[in-house]
Amino acid sequence: MNKKQKKLLIRIIVATVCVVLLMIFSRFIEQWYLKLALYMIPYVISGYDVIIKACKGIANKQVFDEHFLMTIATIGAIGVGIYNAVNGGDDDYLEAVAVMLLYQVGELFQSYAVGKSRKNISQLMDIRPDYANIEVDGQIEKVDPSDVEIGSIIIVNPGEKVPLDGYVVEGKSTLNTSALTGESIPREVDLNSEVLSGCINISGVLKIKTTKDFDESTASKILDLVENAASRKSKSENFISKFAHYYTPIVCFSALALAILPPVVLAITGSDPSIATWIYRACTFLVISCPCAVVISIPLSFFAGLGGASSQGILIKGSNYLETLSKVKYLVFDKTGTITKGNFVVVDVHHNTITKEEMLYYAAHIEAPSSHPISQSLKKAYGKKVDINLLSDVEEISGHGIKGKVDGVDVAAGNSKLMKMLNIDYIDCHHPGTIVHVAVNNEYVGHIVISDEIKQESKEAMKSLKSIGIKKTIMLTGDDEKIAKSVSEQVGIDEYHAGLLPSDKVSMIESVINGKNSSEKVAFVGDGINDAPVLSRADIGIAMGAMGSDAAIEAADVVLMDDNPKNISKAIKISKKCLRIVYENIIFALGIKFICLILGAFGIANMWIAIIADVGVMIIAVLNAIRALLVKKL
Amino acid sequence: MKKTYNIDVDCANCAEKMQEAAKKTPGVKDAVVSFMTLKMKVEFEDGADIDAVMAEVRKNCKKVESDCEVFLK
Repeated sequence: MNKKQKKLLIRIIVATVCVVLLMIFSRFIEQWYLKLALYMIPYVISGYDVIIKACKGIANKQVFDEHFLMTIATIGAIGVGIYNAVNGGDDDYLEAVAVMLLYQVGELFQSYAVGKSRKNISQLMDIRPDYANIEVDGQIEKVDPSDVEIGSIIIVNPGEKVPLDGYVVEGKSTLNTSALTGESIPREVDLNSEVLSGCINISGVLKIKTTKDFDESTASKILDLVENAASRKSKSENFISKFAHYYTPIVCFSALALAILPPVVLAITGSDPSIATWIYRACTFLVISCPCAVVISIPLSFFAGLGGASSQGILIKGSNYLETLSKVKYLVFDKTGTITKGNFVVVDVHHNTITKEEMLYYAAHIEAPSSHPISQSLKKAYGKKVDINLLSDVEEISGHGIKGKVDGVDVAAGNSKLMKMLNIDYIDCHHPGTIVHVAVNNEYVGHIVISDEIKQESKEAMKSLKSIGIKKTIMLTGDDEKIAKSVSEQVGIDEYHAGLLPSDKVSMIESVINGKNSSEKVAFVGDGINDAPVLSRADIGIAMGAMGSDAAIEAADVVLMDDNPKNISKAIKISKKCLRIVYENIIFALGIKFICLILGAFGIANMWIAIIADVGVMIIAVLNAIRALLVKKL
Repeated sequence: MKKTYNIDVDCANCAEKMQEAAKKTPGVKDAVVSFMTLKMKVEFEDGADIDAVMAEVRKNCKKVESDCEVFLK
């Protein structure tokens, strides 16, 4: 508990003791004004700040808030008590005091619960490094990580957080990446391994050469993303704030009408106007209508949902995306890096008229400027250093391949479309895999077979997506029909489209979006490489395996730190749970309110029931909201 | 120019009020208050004196919500 909460707690306890004493001894007090004065003591102790805030609200022309409701209601109730006492009736001030007291109990609980879940979530996201160790003249010094320049050598001891992104220059260790990815298996690192900030060093001392400054490092980026997420409001949240905007004034005027109209009507018709009764009912009405439960529990549910998701390595960029995610019915996948591992390996070279080494030499060089995984695998297979200075006139033909000159020799490498375009006869390959046809001096010299593995979890992931109500899974790929068919059959995908150019993928997504009704959302899952336009065109873009990929973090709405496809269904489950809680709370809180409002207007519910309903609903709604944080087992 | 400040406030509604107050302060282009993370993100107009503007933002926030605090670091 913080200072403010402790102070409020003490006030509540003191006021409660006063009330209990008064309940016992008030029967011995004859004069109504003495009794009133005594009851005012706990009233003021518990509620002075509420009254002050209500007055300030009026002064600032922001009249209608919960403090105003509470102040008017309690003062009204006291007024009715005085009226009854003067007219020789039964005077009761206890109700007004109790309302104020219980209201404060509710406030305290709410503030405590919110503070607690805020703390829980920040603990889950505890990846902010506090310091970095650098060596100065043989001495190790702790410095602020934002002061460390790129290219500095930092030292990370076992048990410490890696403060900045970089690579290992000395030492061997295992890293705990669970705060980043939700993955509990530690990762081994040694010389030249890339390390990301936010990981915890478990076993050995590491010397790391930094490659990014603090603001650009993974930990800062993720924290920034999570912190900003709460400010992108969902439709439900906007609905609630709009609702509160109109609701409170409407309730106040209805209460006023309830206090005035019935007595007037009764007076006109000649019966007893019983003004006090109607004022009392109006006050009850005000107490019931306090909108706190909804106003606090909806943002709290979203916050807990976002926090819970990030603890699982699923970063959702805003409550609005959480909401959209829960409505996803169509999932469109990119093949490479999403369903398959994306680590391409050169398996074989076929029909070559030149040596394998020569072919790889040409292919690796001509593909060198491309960032595509294919080019990486060619480089790896070539094994020697690729000299970019040998290249000239390089032209990348999107969806076809690359052509240009390597050391003055015309080279073209790409798929069969490229060969057709260049009018070069080629030999088709029967192996499923990516085929790179190579032509040197416009003569076909053979093709290279590169293949990619399907991720272990892909099949299970598709199954679990089906089980949570995804209507259709669609795979898009630039690869040819043969690979697409073989992959989609192995994994169990409903539909595939092969041989697509990046721009075709966008139009595919558009046709999926147009082909269904608008309440069903379409998500695109990609690895963030080459598919940024598609990620942003879909209703919701999910990037996978984003650890360290800035492009993916920028373009996507949901970022899966891990590259396990099972996390897609997990993310959807988390969003569904969160939204269910939100709707439960809206319906439950408003339902109870409206029932009580009607009961109050007809005088069936008194102020005791009103305040217990208000505080009770709030407590239940807040507890329910916190449930959104529990996502581990989903 | 954007900056983030830590804040302290008791209720979601009050945070909303702070946001409105901050937005209306001269020199502030846009402001977003997140009650859940207790942060205020302020986007300043070009050439605004950040310290002076933030002092004003704090004052305006205090006016609408006496219990709040904006930590100006």
